[in-house]
Amino acid sequence: MYYAVTIATLVTMALALLRAVLGPSVYDRVLAVNMLGTKTVLLLSVIAFLYGRPDFLDLALAYALINFIGVLAVLEFFRSRALRRSAERGARQ
Amino acid sequence: MDTLSWVLLTLGGFSVFVGGIGALRMPDLYTRMHAASVTDSLGAILVLVGIMLQAGWSLATIKLIAILLFLLLTSPTSSNALASAALLAGTRPFAETPQEQEKSK
Repeated sequence: MYYAVTIATLVTMALALLRAVLGPSVYDRVLAVNMLGTKTVLLLSVIAFLYGRPDFLDLALAYALINFIGVLAVLEFFRSRALRRSAERGARQ
Repeated sequence: MDTLSWVLLTLGGFSVFVGGIGALRMPDLYTRMHAASVTDSLGAILVLVGIMLQAGWSLATIKLIAILLFLLLTSPTSSNALASAALLAGTRPFAETPQEQEKSK
């Protein structure tokens, strides 16, 4: 049964990667990468029990922390870029 | 207890899969975000609680609770940050509000 969850998670990760490649805007890509990170945490937790190695849970915890910080940093970067662009547009008019 | 855990794991795998399809097929960013948050909240809760029931009372359960709490705290936060950044950059939602429908008539 762990195999079913593992396969479902892997298929979802493939779908999220496809959305990240297709995604028309930057935000679609960020959303897909964020989703991929959450699915990685789930996959690591399932694999820890699939192979009977509970130390994988520590990796899952560390990955959850890194994923959150990474997504927030990327979003802050794009937000400041959008603000700068709209300020430039305002200065030109 | 074992059966309940398998039921939770199956439902979790199903909702993760459905959310993945939704994130691929939905028409615009905000509806995709709605589909992705299904996998982030419902899928994560079901899968992690299902594994917890398998693990019993041990250190692994405490780590799983920590992972679950952290996911439940961070995924709404990053969804909110993503939506506000997209709205600030000028991405409009696909659906119209009733006022906008009146205006466009």
